[in-house]
Amino acid sequence: MKALSQKRRHPLAAIALLLMGLLITGGLYAVATTVNEAKASTTTFSATDAEEGGKLFAANCATCHGMGASGSKDGPSLVGVGAAAVDFQVGTGRMPMQMNGPQALEKPAQFNDEQTHQLAAYVASLGAGPAIPEESLLDEKGDAAAGGELFRTNCAMCHNAAAAGGALTRGKFAPALADTSGKHIYEAMATGPQNMPVFSDSNITPEGKRDIITFLKQIESSGSPGGADLGSLGPVAEGLFVWIAGLGVIIAFTIWLTSRTS
Amino acid sequence: MSAASTAEPAFVAKTKTGRVTDFVDARVGGSGILREFGRKVFPDHWSFMFGEVALYSFVILLLSGTFLTFFFDPSMAETHYDGSYVPLKGVEMSVAYSSSLDISFDVRGGLFMRQVHHWAALLFVASIAVHMLRVFFTGAFRRPREMNWVVGSVLLILAMAAGFTGYSLPDDLLSGNGLRIIDGVIKSIPIVGTYISFFLFGGEFPGTAIIGRLYMLHILLVPALILLMIVLHLFMVVVHKHTQYPGPGRNDNNVVGYPLGPVYAAKAGGFFFIVFGVLALMAGFFTINPIWNYGPYDPSPVSAGTQPDWYIGFVDGALRLMPGVIGDFHFEYVIFGYTLTLNVLLPALVPAGILFTVMFMYPWIERWITKDDREHHVLDRPRNAPTRTAIGMAGFVWYCVMWAAAGSDLIATHFGVSLNDVTYWLRALFFIGPIIAFIVTKRVALALQRKDREIALHGRETGRIVRLPHGEFIEVHAPLDEYKRYKLVGFESPNVLPAVPNEHGVVTRKEKRRAFLSKWFFEDRVAPATPAELEAAHGHGHAAVEAPEAAKSLSH
Repeated sequence: MKALSQKRRHPLAAIALLLMGLLITGGLYAVATTVNEAKASTTTFSATDAEEGGKLFAANCATCHGMGASGSKDGPSLVGVGAAAVDFQVGTGRMPMQMNGPQALEKPAQFNDEQTHQLAAYVASLGAGPAIPEESLLDEKGDAAAGGELFRTNCAMCHNAAAAGGALTRGKFAPALADTSGKHIYEAMATGPQNMPVFSDSNITPEGKRDIITFLKQIESSGSPGGADLGSLGPVAEGLFVWIAGLGVIIAFTIWLTSRTS
Repeated sequence: MSAASTAEPAFVAKTKTGRVTDFVDARVGGSGILREFGRKVFPDHWSFMFGEVALYSFVILLLSGTFLTFFFDPSMAETHYDGSYVPLKGVEMSVAYSSSLDISFDVRGGLFMRQVHHWAALLFVASIAVHMLRVFFTGAFRRPREMNWVVGSVLLILAMAAGFTGYSLPDDLLSGNGLRIIDGVIKSIPIVGTYISFFLFGGEFPGTAIIGRLYMLHILLVPALILLMIVLHLFMVVVHKHTQYPGPGRNDNNVVGYPLGPVYAAKAGGFFFIVFGVLALMAGFFTINPIWNYGPYDPSPVSAGTQPDWYIGFVDGALRLMPGVIGDFHFEYVIFGYTLTLNVLLPALVPAGILFTVMFMYPWIERWITKDDREHHVLDRPRNAPTRTAIGMAGFVWYCVMWAAAGSDLIATHFGVSLNDVTYWLRALFFIGPIIAFIVTKRVALALQRKDREIALHGRETGRIVRLPHGEFIEVHAPLDEYKRYKLVGFESPNVLPAVPNEHGVVTRKEKRRAFLSKWFFEDRVAPATPAELEAAHGHGHAAVEAPEAAKSLSH
């Protein structure tokens, strides 16, 4: 204390104070931004993973995304997109892209789990970004009711309240979410693939994302209590059904009732 | 009957049942009513049964609806759900939604009854629509049935009102979105719109009053009006007698068919259970309006794929088709501080207004053009009234374009096309679709008439090729039997009615307009084969002989 009071009038005291202030605000900002970023855990990647991934990348992805994933006129730079983005895009078969179009379509995955892991390791090594989520966030044991509310407020306007999907402009669409794994749902929220917005951790917390996954898996597994769900598409499917099947059967009966035996 | 029975000594029935029956009959005159109605003759044709389907759907709606009222609570008070559907456990919602969920998950048979009610509602309106199409295309709305056409049209509107008020009751997200659109449409009405909206919702949307009010309309006023209209409708059917399709021995002074009792009554009674059975199977195996998927209503979320039930779809479609701006041209004006939003007002009210106005007035429009004031009990085959059929198809296509637009997002996702392109195409079809439909339908009808005429005159092609001694090949035509030929030649084919002067010897402008429309209506005509033509055709073997007049009319 004595030393501090003696040296507070030192010529360099002001500079030291300024440095300290900058360090604190900068540090806090750094902490705040990493908190804000959707991160979950760090699946451990070894150096060989990243190295192998780099080879796969050069052979399969660099045509569009450029050497070193720095981007080209045909594809964006992947520096800083994180392992989650790679795991989603490659894991669901959207990348490598089949053809140019309004958006990348899902197809059978081209790489196996190990190769996907290596690609993710490579892209993650290029710059920090959302990581592949921890198992504890994907255990489907969150609060389904809270997840439902989050889903209706944040997701239903594109994906439909029953997660049956919906149309966007100019051929783009929000896909149906049944049969999508919890991990991919989480990664999609964290990275915002195609036309989807990013839901960062300050927007929807990791626990909120866990609740949403719980909700989606619950409505998927509970099936349709009222019988065949007609695609969960709402009144259009119901109207088509009543006109074609309902009235069709009734017309068949009216013809039978008014037919003569002769 | 009364004169005969009073002359005889007092009749005493032998059995106890007989005595009870006689007691009742002596006081209410049941046997007289039964004799009158039991002898009522109804012609048999499958297309005459859609009105019946609508009636039976309504009965099923009353029965299933009554069950639902036992458990439904139309309160908008807030509660936290505590039923057995886990994904909504503890969620804040209205009592109305909560009780709808309870009906679905915690009331025995509740979900089945809800689904029966909703499927029956869709079938009710659908069968009314098909019934009206049948009436229109066969010309059954002509004198003396113009009033009954109006009553039927009122029934269609009431059915839509009943459907929409019911659709909104569960207070789920889907129906709330629908109500929000209605609120927007009401508010777009100049000057009074906002007041009407505030009166209806008891304040700012959504308020806490609307569900209770819709419930009262849904279970009291609208069904009562429907019932009243059904009574009027059936009363007029009895007074007018049923129409019949043209055929040998059928004319405007008789009805050929079966008496109501016993065969027809048995068929109709059985048909009720068939309709009930079909609806029960649909309700048992196919889910409808899964309200638990949609969650409670909250004005902030809007789900993708939000549509109204099919019968309101055309209004929703018109709203979707309307552009907000065209280039720099916008549809919103502020006049004396009042906002006029034509991009909501026009699509929401104008197409429906045109459709219903023409629908109500059509019997009088056609009557004025054709000056046909005779009673018609024999129906037209649609091809024999080409212009009317074409008008009907134009309206039908116009409706279907708007209807399809209500599902534009699903067309886009399911056929892998761009939503924008679907909208542009439907916008184009909105204007040119009815015109194409009119021209194509009229040509098809005329072509069918020509085919009928050809068959009546020269018989049916047998596919048997015969070589004549001098080497010519001919196909043998088999003559039609009398019954089949009657159907092909026994129809009216009115001619153009030129303008005639009135009693002052003046051809009024209105009469000139009528004459113009009459020309438009009847100038393209294919006359039925006359007896002389038939005679000539048969007299000269296979040579095509047609009267010069008929040939002229065919040359169009």
